[in-house]
Amino acid sequence: MKINSLADLESVKSKALAASAAMEKTVIVCGGTGCLSYGSAELASALERKIKDRKLNAKVMLKMSGCHGFCERGPIVVIEPDKIYYQRVGRRDKEKAAEELVETTLVQGKVVESFLYSDPVTKERMIDYYKIPFYAKQKRIALRNSGHINPADIDDYIATGGYAALVKALAMKPEAVIEEIKKSNLRGRGGGGYPTGRKWESTRKAEGPVKYIICNGDEGDPGAFMDRSIMEGDPHTVLEGMVIAAYAIAKGKAPAHGFIYVRHEYPLAVKNLTKAIEQAREHGLLGKNILNSGFDFDLRINRGGGAFVCGESSALMRSLEGRVGEPRAKYVHATEKGLWDQPTNLNNVETYACLPEIIVKGADWFASIGTKGSKGTKVFSLVGKVNNTGLVEVPMGIPLREIVFDIGGGIRKGKKFKAVQTGGPSGGVIPDSMIDLPVDFDELTRVGSMMGSGGLIVMDEEDCMVDVAYYFVKFLEEESCGKCVPCREGLRRMRQIFDRITTGNGNPDDMVMLEELCTAMKLGSLCGLGQTAANPVMSTINYFRSEYEAHIKDKKCPAGVCKALIAYMIDPESCTGCQLCVKNCPSGAIKGVKKKPHTIDKEICIKCGVCYDVCKFDSVKRK
Amino acid sequence: MGKIKLKIDGREFSAEKDEYVLDIAKREGFEIPTYCHNDQVSREARCRLCVVEARWQEGGHSRIVTSCLYPADEGLMVETNSEQVRLVRRVVLELLLARTPEAKGLAELAAEYGVGKNRFGADTDFGKCILCGLCVRTCREVVGVEALGFRMRGVLKQVGPAFAEPSSVCIGCGACYFVCPTGHIIMTEKGDERKIWGRTFKMEKCSKCGRYFAPKYQLEWINSQTGVAMDRLSLCQDCK
Repeated sequence: MKINSLADLESVKSKALAASAAMEKTVIVCGGTGCLSYGSAELASALERKIKDRKLNAKVMLKMSGCHGFCERGPIVVIEPDKIYYQRVGRRDKEKAAEELVETTLVQGKVVESFLYSDPVTKERMIDYYKIPFYAKQKRIALRNSGHINPADIDDYIATGGYAALVKALAMKPEAVIEEIKKSNLRGRGGGGYPTGRKWESTRKAEGPVKYIICNGDEGDPGAFMDRSIMEGDPHTVLEGMVIAAYAIAKGKAPAHGFIYVRHEYPLAVKNLTKAIEQAREHGLLGKNILNSGFDFDLRINRGGGAFVCGESSALMRSLEGRVGEPRAKYVHATEKGLWDQPTNLNNVETYACLPEIIVKGADWFASIGTKGSKGTKVFSLVGKVNNTGLVEVPMGIPLREIVFDIGGGIRKGKKFKAVQTGGPSGGVIPDSMIDLPVDFDELTRVGSMMGSGGLIVMDEEDCMVDVAYYFVKFLEEESCGKCVPCREGLRRMRQIFDRITTGNGNPDDMVMLEELCTAMKLGSLCGLGQTAANPVMSTINYFRSEYEAHIKDKKCPAGVCKALIAYMIDPESCTGCQLCVKNCPSGAIKGVKKKPHTIDKEICIKCGVCYDVCKFDSVKRK
Repeated sequence: MGKIKLKIDGREFSAEKDEYVLDIAKREGFEIPTYCHNDQVSREARCRLCVVEARWQEGGHSRIVTSCLYPADEGLMVETNSEQVRLVRRVVLELLLARTPEAKGLAELAAEYGVGKNRFGADTDFGKCILCGLCVRTCREVVGVEALGFRMRGVLKQVGPAFAEPSSVCIGCGACYFVCPTGHIIMTEKGDERKIWGRTFKMEKCSKCGRYFAPKYQLEWINSQTGVAMDRLSLCQDCK
């Protein structure tokens, strides 16, 4: 049915709300990519059968949602309205888990203890979704619906207040919409942090026969998956944000067209977005005469071919045009000459996802969250050596300590915290001495890192900072488009220098060369990829110079990571001869008989470190 | 459009608004090195040698920009030879020299910027190609054929016909050979044959002096594009 007015929208909303209110319980099975890979789809169908068998259909609603962010705990199941949070449900046996859940929780009304989250430190079991430390300190704006609604059902989105922002925006003057976004101080979530309202204003002012609205869903930073989660779990919010942007930017008779550029590696995002677009068209929320307002806007999905550089806005536009994805100099902004040389507004998925909330709740509400220069929230992919990894949305300005130690639950295995890497390949490391840094755009840049798309890798004493920089240099060398010399040739030479340093062949001149290359690349590269490629190297040199020197002068890797610089040996004093290392050694390098100290043959040892990890008596030493 | 005033290395000049800094600087006699620029084709800012330091306020924040694409406007201040500019050029030249030590003119230019012993070593597998893309743009924009393009990305990037196979659309005109600044592209002629990019082209004789002067396909292409009759195209440059 076509929605033509606020009244129509309200009627869809109240119908959907009534349908769920008629149910006693709603069982939400996570259908995000992480949980799906743990078999949550089979779990959902097992639950569906059991619910039917017990004739609970009339009382229990079962739905699959998008990502909950706590992917390592999948499959996740949430029971509403009780706020019961179940994790690792049926990793081994879906049938048995479904039976237990239905019988214990849905029939008897009790919780299944074994599905509950237990705190890694206190071991306390927790029932309430929102009291789990991983969620308690989060503030969800962009991720507000993900994990709660069924992304394949537009009514579910409308029931949570979806498309109300569009109704409100279309009743405003476009200039007023832009003013509101400017007032909110929303900055681009894709990494650059450019004020969204100002970008819209420039695109609106620019003259052209057509205007383009692009959503950048070409998320490429290793380990970052916030855009994917939003597109998969709440596709309508992206569409709603884009229509609002199009309305604010379109002027006179110039039509506006939209593109969503999604990585080819995100099939579920493409599927859910495609479905959402169809539904939005059917409901008159996309296409001709949106909400009977006379405003036309439609969009299509384009899939990226897998080049990291195509996440850079100008390269993305070349790729959309069907050309080689190479960036161009941006002395003339895309807002004036972008896609096919027409005025183009490009925002990131997360930016669009924030927009509906800003329109509904107002710029002042949004601006009340965060710091002076960075308003609202930011989604981070919290990964690395923390107890709780996953997707977290936190208010800007939150101290790094709270992310790592409260939400992340501290460092795994009680090891010592060393540093955090933020911003992916464009970012840098932040040492433990800066753990109380408030996390926002400007602070991260000030300390030599970057917000980037929001990657946040926590590292402990066993992570080598030289190796971290080496990893990103290798990644970028492969992903450089090769258009400009400093990036293409500079990264290759940097990588060669790291090849030497990490194998004990470095010399003091290497540091000089690295620093010179860093400066020249930062100043002279064409696009953001090359300009920021030096950050991982510069920041590790700045904060961990002694580690570089240890590699170069002493030919040692203090963290014990760089294989060429370490050796494993067994301490004959403490070795009990338990044979555990002998059994686990993949190369047969450990010799020894039971109850006698073992030895490692250095010629055969591949330095994988398995013996070090399995030894229960700390007898394997790494030097 | 309209006249604006800008400063280059402290001296004031007038120019058209949005005129590129490189063009103004060259006109006024400043030396700015370039490897990927040619007036006849579009600009891509690949080589990064034409960088200059731009600022909009006296003593204010400056930015390194490529002059070939940077539009001038009232009040712009440009430095063509500042410390940062020289650093970028020197590192770019050292990197290029390490990639293609044999490239024409490169060693001399690098020496001007103080590149002595090359710290990055010397590659042998890239020929003389610095990936400036002039051949690609010339073929597409001047000749109108598009027989050349880039393949792969990053350091594996190469220039040449699609799939590195002899191109079916190449007319053998040799424009890429003539525009190549480093002497990477090889074109040989013997009798009535010209060889380039793995293909052999039949040459036509000048109807007056009798020397072989252009590939048959090239003349046919000119005929098809301009409508000039084939017999009028049968004279070489000297006999016209």
